[in-house]
Formats: sequence, structure tokens, C-alpha cells
Amino acid sequence: MLRALLGRWRSSLRLLRPAHVEADHAKISVTQLGHRYGNKVVALQDVDLNVRSGELVCLLGPSGCGKSTLLYALAGHVQPTGGTVSIDGQRISGPGPDRLLMFQEAALFPWLTVRGNITFALAARGVPRSERKERADQYIRRVQLQGFEETLPHQLSGGMKMRASLARALAVDPTVLLMDEPFGSLDAQTRIHMQELLQSIWMRTHKTIVFVTHDVHEALMLGTRVVLMAPRPGRIVRDLEVHLPMPRHPEDAALTEMVRHVQGLLREVERNTLPEATPPRATAPAASSPPLPASGLPRPAR
Amino acid sequence: MKRDAPLKNYAQKLGLVVVLLGLWEGLSRLGIWSPYLFPGPVTVSKSLWSMASDGRLLDATLRSLGRLGRAYVVSVAIGVPLGLLMARLAFFRNAVKPVVMGLQALPSICWLPLALLWFGLTDTSILFVVVMGSVLGIAIATEDSVQGVDPQLLRVASTLGVRGLRFQFGVLLPAALPGIVTGLKLGWSFAWRALLAGELLFVSGGLGQLLTVGRELMDVPQVMAVMVAIIIIGITVDRVLFQTVEGRLRRRWGLEGAM
Repeated sequence: MLRALLGRWRSSLRLLRPAHVEADHAKISVTQLGHRYGNKVVALQDVDLNVRSGELVCLLGPSGCGKSTLLYALAGHVQPTGGTVSIDGQRISGPGPDRLLMFQEAALFPWLTVRGNITFALAARGVPRSERKERADQYIRRVQLQGFEETLPHQLSGGMKMRASLARALAVDPTVLLMDEPFGSLDAQTRIHMQELLQSIWMRTHKTIVFVTHDVHEALMLGTRVVLMAPRPGRIVRDLEVHLPMPRHPEDAALTEMVRHVQGLLREVERNTLPEATPPRATAPAASSPPLPASGLPRPAR
Repeated sequence: MKRDAPLKNYAQKLGLVVVLLGLWEGLSRLGIWSPYLFPGPVTVSKSLWSMASDGRLLDATLRSLGRLGRAYVVSVAIGVPLGLLMARLAFFRNAVKPVVMGLQALPSICWLPLALLWFGLTDTSILFVVVMGSVLGIAIATEDSVQGVDPQLLRVASTLGVRGLRFQFGVLLPAALPGIVTGLKLGWSFAWRALLAGELLFVSGGLGQLLTVGRELMDVPQVMAVMVAIIIIGITVDRVLFQTVEGRLRRRWGLEGAM
């Protein structure tokens, strides 16, 4: 029994390896980032994160760990109180056309049709009028919304709205796509569909995506890398590469194993007993840290 | 059951009107008051018909509505931009808005003496009163609806890089439009009130003057007939123009279940 558990744990460790990304190879480079709200609450402290081009990085952690703050700092919507964020070596100082933020709500313009929402965004990015419609329809097909080009947002279901929002985000073709729990408000079934859709789109385009979630399963389903964060103060405690080939299946056994493992890590984070692993690139091999609970509570049926 | 509800509603409304008219007719026939001072609906509708058939009513209505239209266009042209400025610029919010709010407390007819001194017994005086009566309400309603725009849409516009005029006219204005139209409707009813108040006071050739003439001739049926006409015109414009536009807009914007 113990051996079986240990074996499973090892197998998930093989698939989850600490990430080592050098700053000079990074697309997004975050160094010593700190942020305080109202000079009191420490939302982020000494956060270092390097993201390579084409990675799908999931920021995972309990609420209050600063994962959304980190994302908003990447987007330029939050001015961090310390440290720097650079994209392609350029230090950023505010929102820019190279980055696009997607929210938990679809946030479509309600008076425009699905196609209108996309062409409006394209117009804002300076795409010539003659190309807009064709490009909009191309991305509508990519998110499988064909037939709904002329539909108004309020006539769409929640999942379809989110797909339209994704199409709009992809159509403007940002170099980095930042997603703030975009599937958090969807029902479980739609959520799995959206995850599979995003996976297939990512496999085709290899866009650099930073994805915030508090759902361990979602993070491991989507991420090529999972960055575990802890609250009080908000910081990164683990930076793991997920060596599970895409496309991943939501009920894949290895995925379920990894979910248990990461959930164990998260519980440690919440009990504040997880040893600090900063800076992440100096992480000792995970095997030498005290054994973590290998199996957690089974995930509630989805 | 829900499908026949509108029909039932109409029947109820019509029934009440018929009952009220019957009461009125009965009361006037009882002879408690002199029939010259309290004519029944039959006499009033005869008077209404005679005014309608000799063209007096149409003439007065067109004149009043023409005046209202001109003043209203001016009100909208000033009020909506003023509201937008109050919502978007700190100076207008801090300095102009309190002034607008203060002036709004003044009933529109109070502007008439000033208008008469400035413009004399002219159309301009009435236009001035109507504009003053509606422009502030429109500005405040516009400001309110711009302030109330879903912040999510503003954030999305910012992350999509929508800026400048495209932002003002492509995001802010359409997002606030349902609220602005409600404000325009409100402004219209303010303007309608101010117009009649103004027209009552001097020879103007509109519906208000028709009322005054009725009073001077002691022609109570005419006074009541014009009142009825004013009610009908008011309801018609509100129903036909504003409710249609507002309803369509709200459906298109998805603010009302229109599935």
C-alpha cells in the first residue's frame, strides 16, 4: 500500500519538475516584484518569474495570494510598488497593445454582435477596414461559433459568450494573453469544453499565455508550467513544469495523480508549513524536502 | 394564462375610463353645479370636435409642438454634451455640477419674468423657458448614466486599446445610451410642462393660448376640451416616440428579457 502510494507520488514528481528559466531567455521577466495595497496589505513580495515565449503558465494559489495582482501588474493595470516587469527586455509602465487581459466575465459590448465586437477591437488596433470582417470570421470559426456572427451577446449562453470573448482576444493577436480566471463563472461541463478548446488553440498557435486560476485541476489540465503561490505575503513557493503531453484528457490518471500531489502542496501552503523555495531557481530537488502527503482527498466528481 | 394578460389589462384600463366618464356625465347632469361651470363629457367632446373640425386645434397643436421641437433640440444639443463633460472632466464635476444641481431646484416657469425682460413678448422667451426647464434634467440624467456604465466594459476597452474619440463614441456613449434615452424622456416631459406654462401667460397662438382664450370667454367646455387634447398629445408622444425607442434600445442592449 505504502509502496503503491510512494510509486504514484514519484510518478507525479517525474511529470512535475522544478522550472529553471534564465531571465535572458524569457519573454516575460518579473524581478523582485512587490506590491502593497494602501501601504498596508502586502499583496506581493519579492516575486521573481520568467516566462518563455510559447509557454502556458498557470498561476495557482488560494485567494489572497496575489495571483491576480501579479497578472494585473503584467497587464500594466496595477503599478507595482517595487520591482520590474519586462516584456522582451522592455520594461513596461502601463497597459500596452502587446498584452491583452481577459476577465472572469466575457465583457462583450452588449450593443454589438459577436462579429461586431471583434471588428471593433480590430479597428482599435488599426487593422484596415477591408481585413476586419474576414479576420473576425476566421476567429469565430476557431472558437466554433460559426452561425452566431450576427447574434447579440445577451442571446448567447455563458460558454458561448466566453468563446466570443476568447475569439476577440485572439483576433487582436497580442504577444501575451493574460487570463484572469476566465472560466471561473462557467458550469463544470462548459468549463471542461472551454479548457479543451483553449488547449487546442494553444497547441496550434503556441501563444504565450499567463492564466490565473484557483482550480488545481484546471491549472494542470492547461499549464505547461504551474506556479504555486502563497498568501501573507503573496509570494511564489513552487514553480513546476508539467511534463504531460497535450492534448490532455480531464480524466487522465497521471493528471489526477498530479492534481492530488499539488493539492497536497496547496494544503501545506494554507497551513503555512511548506518550506520556502525562494528563489525558485535555487529549489532543492523536491525529493530532499520532507515527504508530502501523497494522496489527498479525492477531487469532487466533476 | 400569461398570454391573455395584455388583453385583460387593456379591458381593465378601458373599463376604468368608461366608469370615470360615466361618473362625470352623471355628476354634471345632477345639476349640483351650473352646467356652464361643470359641463359633462358630451359637451366637452362636442367642443373638442368643433375645435378640431375648424382647424383651431390642429393649428395650435402644430404651433406648440413646433416650438417644443425647436426648444427640445437645443436642450438635447446642450444637455447631453454637458452631462458627458460633467461625468468625464474633473472641472465640470467639481464646479459645474453643483451649479446645475442648484439651478435644477428652480421651477422652470420662474425663468419667465427674466425671459420677458430679456427677450420681450416673443417666441424666444418661451423657447428660453422651455430650454431652461429641460436642459438641466437632461444633463443630470446623462451624467448619471455615464457614471453608471459597467466598469467591466471600461476595463475591456482599456485592455483592447480603445482610446480617444473611438472610446467616447464607440464605448462610452452606447454603454450609457439606455440611461440617456430615459433622461431624454424625462427632459421631454419637463419641456412639455414648461411650454404650456409659458404659453398660458401671453398671446402665443399655441395650446396654452387656446386654454386662456377659453377662460376669457368663460367657455368651460373649451377649457376642458383643450385639457383633454393636451393629455392625449402628451400620452401619444410619450408612448409612440419614447416608449418605442426606449423599448427597442433596451431589448437590443439585452437589458430586458427579449428571448
